[in-house]
Amino acid sequence: MTAQTTFPGAGALRETGKLCQLGIDVVRTSFRRPFQLREFIQQSWFIVSVTVLPTALVSIPFGAVIALQLGSLTRQIGAQSFTGAASVLAIIQQASPIVTALLIAGAGGSAICADLGSRKIREEIDAMEVLGVSPIHRLVVPRVLAAMLVSVLLNGMVSVVGVLGGYFFNVIMQDGTPGAYLASFSALAQLPDLWISEIKALIFGFIAGIVAAYRGLNPAGGPKGVGDAVNQAVVITFLLLFFVNFVLTTIYLTVVPAKGS
Amino acid sequence: MGVEVVVEGLTKSFGKQTIWQDVTLTLPPGEVSVMLGPSGTGKSVFLKSLVGLLKPEQGKIVINGTDLVRCSEHKLYEIRKMFGVLFQDGALFGSMDLYDNIAFPLREHTRKTEAEVRRIVLEKMEMVGLVGAERKLPGEISGGMRKRAGLARALVLDPEIILCDEPDSGLDPVRTAYLSQLLIDLNAQIDATILIVTHNINIARTVPDNLGMLFRRELVMFGPREVLLTSDEPVVEQFLNGRRLGPIGMSEEKDQATMAAEQAHADAGHSDGSLDEDVRGVVPQLEPTPGLPFRDAVRRRKDRVMSIIHHLPYEAQQGIIASLTPEEQARYNVHATAPTPSPWPRQGGVL
Repeated sequence: MTAQTTFPGAGALRETGKLCQLGIDVVRTSFRRPFQLREFIQQSWFIVSVTVLPTALVSIPFGAVIALQLGSLTRQIGAQSFTGAASVLAIIQQASPIVTALLIAGAGGSAICADLGSRKIREEIDAMEVLGVSPIHRLVVPRVLAAMLVSVLLNGMVSVVGVLGGYFFNVIMQDGTPGAYLASFSALAQLPDLWISEIKALIFGFIAGIVAAYRGLNPAGGPKGVGDAVNQAVVITFLLLFFVNFVLTTIYLTVVPAKGS
Repeated sequence: MGVEVVVEGLTKSFGKQTIWQDVTLTLPPGEVSVMLGPSGTGKSVFLKSLVGLLKPEQGKIVINGTDLVRCSEHKLYEIRKMFGVLFQDGALFGSMDLYDNIAFPLREHTRKTEAEVRRIVLEKMEMVGLVGAERKLPGEISGGMRKRAGLARALVLDPEIILCDEPDSGLDPVRTAYLSQLLIDLNAQIDATILIVTHNINIARTVPDNLGMLFRRELVMFGPREVLLTSDEPVVEQFLNGRRLGPIGMSEEKDQATMAAEQAHADAGHSDGSLDEDVRGVVPQLEPTPGLPFRDAVRRRKDRVMSIIHHLPYEAQQGIIASLTPEEQARYNVHATAPTPSPWPRQGGVL
């Protein structure tokens, strides 16, 4: 490691490289025995406990907004019978992975980052390495896997709560027909929509976990550094997740034909 | 017996700032060494480099034939199992109580039953005087207790190299004395190589076999304790006596004007912060607690030092010879009254 080359953007590239390296390390290390089951369960439970309530509370109005918007739109173009179909599609394909991503990054990721960051500045991580235990294997892998598991489960929950919220607002507030709303569910939506939704959630969980761990393990000196790291972790994760969502959606729409076409 | 640590031409910098450069020294196997240095001279960085937590840019750290600076991650983790490191604040895991903290290395690296783990952990806890505090969390105990628990954790795997980062910081003089005794006793019992990084003069004078000093990005000297304790080097003299007059200043760099002003103050009768007596000179080394085995390191070091004694400065020679018994003086064929002219310049140098 000699003098580092400097050009505009070199720092950003270097950080990106290190982030990817951590990602690869985590994937590789997650197959190493013994698997830290206890830590994994504890972390899963912890992430669930900080995300489940906010997720439910966010997904109700989210579903409602989509339902109301679509409700008035479909009425304008005279396609009321498709209200349910469109709102299910919108919630499952887009809204629920996005809500999951926001909550996993904002609540779960920030907690992971703060936890690892404070361990780092208390020299706990160093001590662990010196004791011959890899912090990636022992701490990061269980957290990333927990974030992935929880985001898949949260995604399912957001889908259900969002659809219920949409149903409620459409039927009660906009006097939609309950039967028509339910009957049109499968008019546009298809099973692959659910798959892509869950795959997105899985990938979002992975990214949120990796970014949080990376920022947590590399805070810039002192307690203030940990605060900054948490802040950055959340912002970086948001940016990455929205971008990845865009890429995945594009691929999905190109690869999987829409129903009926 | 502990292992030898060979450091060659080690240089570490953070960005453009060089912490220290070209550090070359050998920690003799099984001996106790102390690295002195004013605050901020990179003593802790040196310690962290020795366990591979920081990667120096140049040079080698060779342990058992493996260069820590360039070896693979896997190899590094293997070598680290030989280390016991005491961090400045103990570095205990905040989410575990003391018992689990100390049991952690055993549970991770050995297949011992829980009963055996319990026996070892309780033995080490008794050694550092923490009996009864098993279920306390690190956040609930004092800094001194954290430090002792950190030491207990560093010792459970019977390390061959023990590194201590300022064992005295945050401890009162009595506890520091107990800790020094504990380290010497440990050395007598398991014959581990020990490196203590500190700026405590008492520890430096009484504990080590070898003594070194870092100052201004360089290793000022490293060698048998007598060499540094009798050195005329201005930095060493100032540091040992804890006075303001000399090359070490409040900030990292001290300019000529400040030095001149301080000299003028001192000439006018203002105290320079030190005691009147000069604390340099060879004092008797700490012995293991009676009943424990004799330290093999002392015998090995004596042979080693006596083989190079004619290359040491005159004062150091005198100090060493004076510390020998008449029989030993006869055996090594040296006499306190017959000084050998030193080939070394009087102002000292890196050994």
